[in-house]
Amino acid sequence: MSNSVIKCENVYKIFGSNAKKMLQDSNGNVDAKTFQENGCIVGVNNASFEVSKGEMLVVMGLSGSGKSTLLRCISRLTDATGGKIFIEGQDLLKLNNKELIDLRRNKMGMVFQSFALLPHKTVVENIAFPLQIKGIEIEDSISKAMDMVKLVGLEGRENYFPRELSGGQQQRVGIARSLAVEPDIWFLDEPFSALDPLIRKEMQDEFLRLQEKLQKTIMFITHDFDEALKLADRIAIMKDGIIEQLDTPAKIVLNPATEYVRKFTEEVPREKVLLIEDVMDRSDTKNLSDLKVSKDETIENVAEKILSQDKTVAVIDSNKNIVGSINPTKIINTVFGGRKNNT
Amino acid sequence: MEFIKKYPKAFQWLFLLIVFFALCFAIEVPETYKFIRGQAEFVKDPNQNFYIFLGKEVRYYPFDVFWRLPPLLGWLPIWINDSLFFLMNEWLPMEFWNEDTQSYKTRPLVLQITREVTSIMTFLIELIRDILLGGLKTIVAFTSWDFVGSNSWAKMPGLPWTIVTAGAAILAYKLSGKGLALFAGLVMVYISIFGQWKPSMQTLSFILVAAPLSFIFGLGLGIAAYKNKRVEKALYPILLVMQTMPQYAVLVPALVLFGVGDHAAVIITMIVAVPPMILLTLLGLRAVPPEVTEAGKMSGCNNWQIMFKVLIPTARRDILIGVNQVIMVCFSMAVISAFIGAKGLGFNLLLALNQLNIGLALEAGLCISLIAILLDKMSLAWANKQVDYFGNLTFFERNKNAYYFGIAAAIGIVLAYIGSFYFKEGYNYLFEVPHNKGISTADFWNRGVDWIFDTFFVYIKAFNTWLIVEVLQPMRALYLRMPAVATLVLVVGAGYLIGGIRSALVVCGLTLFIALSPWWDRALVTTYMATFGVLVSCIIGFTVGTLCFQNKNSAKFMLGVCDIFQTFPSFVYLIPVMMLFGITDTSVLIAVIVYATIPATRYTIEGLRSVPVALHDAATMSGVNKFQRLTKIEFPLAFPHMMLGLNQTIVFALFMVIIGAFIGTEDLGQYILKALSDKNGAGIGLTLGICVAFIGLIFDNLIRTWVDKRKKHLGIV
Repeated sequence: MSNSVIKCENVYKIFGSNAKKMLQDSNGNVDAKTFQENGCIVGVNNASFEVSKGEMLVVMGLSGSGKSTLLRCISRLTDATGGKIFIEGQDLLKLNNKELIDLRRNKMGMVFQSFALLPHKTVVENIAFPLQIKGIEIEDSISKAMDMVKLVGLEGRENYFPRELSGGQQQRVGIARSLAVEPDIWFLDEPFSALDPLIRKEMQDEFLRLQEKLQKTIMFITHDFDEALKLADRIAIMKDGIIEQLDTPAKIVLNPATEYVRKFTEEVPREKVLLIEDVMDRSDTKNLSDLKVSKDETIENVAEKILSQDKTVAVIDSNKNIVGSINPTKIINTVFGGRKNNT
Repeated sequence: MEFIKKYPKAFQWLFLLIVFFALCFAIEVPETYKFIRGQAEFVKDPNQNFYIFLGKEVRYYPFDVFWRLPPLLGWLPIWINDSLFFLMNEWLPMEFWNEDTQSYKTRPLVLQITREVTSIMTFLIELIRDILLGGLKTIVAFTSWDFVGSNSWAKMPGLPWTIVTAGAAILAYKLSGKGLALFAGLVMVYISIFGQWKPSMQTLSFILVAAPLSFIFGLGLGIAAYKNKRVEKALYPILLVMQTMPQYAVLVPALVLFGVGDHAAVIITMIVAVPPMILLTLLGLRAVPPEVTEAGKMSGCNNWQIMFKVLIPTARRDILIGVNQVIMVCFSMAVISAFIGAKGLGFNLLLALNQLNIGLALEAGLCISLIAILLDKMSLAWANKQVDYFGNLTFFERNKNAYYFGIAAAIGIVLAYIGSFYFKEGYNYLFEVPHNKGISTADFWNRGVDWIFDTFFVYIKAFNTWLIVEVLQPMRALYLRMPAVATLVLVVGAGYLIGGIRSALVVCGLTLFIALSPWWDRALVTTYMATFGVLVSCIIGFTVGTLCFQNKNSAKFMLGVCDIFQTFPSFVYLIPVMMLFGITDTSVLIAVIVYATIPATRYTIEGLRSVPVALHDAATMSGVNKFQRLTKIEFPLAFPHMMLGLNQTIVFALFMVIIGAFIGTEDLGQYILKALSDKNGAGIGLTLGICVAFIGLIFDNLIRTWVDKRKKHLGIV
């Protein structure tokens, strides 16, 4: 068995009264237009992918692309119309209500765009809520929740009500609540979209720090391509319910699969996104300069050094072994080449 | 032709009006037609036609079907009556254990159930009355009259008025703060020293029983409707009819099922108070953001936890607004229930009005109004109160209000004890100020009324005569002059033009029900009175609203005034008009106008206020003056909301017209009043109530459909 924690096979979600029947009749060939003419709206169209343990998959798409619907299928807040979803090998759609509740109480946590805090509970009570639902004693749950308060840096505000907090602080509570039961799988539905740009950046950094520490399996939904690039191990780009491309950020930037994806990548500052590893030449390891750069650096950080060299520069890995090379022309081509207005 | 193409809608309306008037003129008034009083009373008259349906004989005066439809539904009230009678007295007899005679007795099931419910309600009311006022009925309920008779101590002492007053003030303080606490205290002191304590507490006990029960049932049904679409669909028409049905028409069937008295009043109050609770529960639960529900689900809540730990606490405010509604409906029913023998303030008011003792009526009415305002403010304060964190407070701080109440109670008891020595003879005023032993201003008011009559009688009478002869009677004649078919065409045509075939069918069904009942002429009279009231109310309301809107403070002030006036039970409005205009149609109409102006004003201000600030700014930057801004920006955008106000105005006006029957009108209300004292009145009362509700629903349907379309058109939802 592979180590995939989440596994989707041909998942469909179609809204409408006769969705099930239409899906059966279509034999897996779902055309959004014909469905719409028959009063059905296609939310997710034939999604298949896996997320392995400790990986962060970012699903990126504009509004109405079906990204939130996909997440809701996997958390089974809505039932998928067709296909199979496995959570750690368990067939999600075959679970009965009790098993589902059990799964959510122990394995899943979710963060929402609008924070979705309970207005009648304080910060610490909100965080303790999933624990209390599980049946943990009130005092134990509160002390556990206090640890979470510290984790997200809200000490001193634990007795505030959500109405007394700023958006960023509210989302910290949302994050703490979703982590309270120590889930293995973490769903985040546009968690930072409702925040101001500065706060958003701060929260993204905070989030990366947390993930470094916790190593959860994550599905992260966003409409912000930059955010996706910054956070993701892999990105799935969705349009009209279809996953257009699913790959690592570097590969998406370098080889957009469709015209739609290419439009997103156009404006991306590649030197900030791409690592030396992504652009180096693995075969040519002879006749190199004295300068050695690590393969894990971003282009931005080492471009100046490389461009000042005449020869090809050696690339090393963490053990100082030479694993490839890169020449200044390649850097220039990567950063400035291949753009629409240049061709 | 150009005109028709440009304004197709206007042309359609014009065409409809032409057809309507053509029908009016084409159909002659039959010579034998007079405003018939006897149609529903089943007197034998050789001129009458009759038919038999379901074994019920219906007699009526026949007319050309174009002029008046025959009362094909005339059997319905009789049939309802007979069915109720059958249910109560014959259906499903069963053996029941009788505690008094220690034997089994055969009784019909429904009768037994109603008797059981009755005894539970009676017990609850008496328990609370014994606590508030003292008495021995609760103890009797557990023991027997013999036991109480032989033990003189077996008597609930009742709470001294000082303690209840302190309790009300402390509760008000907890809910809102010093201001409301002061008001609560003053109201209670006023009630006490003016000798209205006993009836007030009787009314209060009534609310203390009816409101919690209505809340529980309303919440339960609201949850059921939220969970299950089918339940919602089944409840929806009932809710709709109950909202437009005059409260007083519901009293009649209650009489048959539960008899006369407080218990019957409580049960009927629940029937009226539960629908708004259901609606607000449903509204509140629907308004919970879906993400909050999802967060609950992802926390692993089961269905029960989702409902009681997530949905209901999140919808707290809406649900408590529902409680506010329940309390206000209960209070106004507590007053109206005097008609079926409920004790309390309403009963005193009714008595005073019957004796034409305006002074006494005014005192009772003032008491009612003050309590209404107090209850409204307190329950709203509860709804608007945010939850506070109290985990870091000490035990004493957390429960300080309870301590204060304990201290107040102790002081109250000591005072009452001292009082029992001080006021050795007569009454212990520190315990309870007896009815009619308090300060009374009745004579003063009566003299005032007399003075008004002596001084202004000529003018009032002249105005009265002018209004009746020159305005009201011609208007009434015009309404009665409409052939049934013409009315039907007009209403259905309007329905079609506004809402298409669906609306037309609904409106047609509602109108046909009234036209086929034996009370079409009466319904026309009701409609004429309501129309007159609504026209005047809207003119006043829209003008006042628009003027007040010009200034922020005056708008706020006016909304406050509307709030206060709206809390008064409609019955109270009859007092001042009777004082000024005596017992005439004018009095009723003025009461209608005053009452119905409230929603007209409120909705005008709210509608104008809801115009987005950005549009204001945009208009100002385009260089409009104040008047242009009003006519070009504010009115067009506020108009849909103002039309909703019109809708409310119609409902309010209908309610008041029906209650006006108490003063003496010739419309449907008069028949409802008659049905109250008729032992076969249940069917008639219910059918009449439905007729009134349907009049309201016809307008409701038309206006709502129009507003929805218009709002969609304007892009405001």
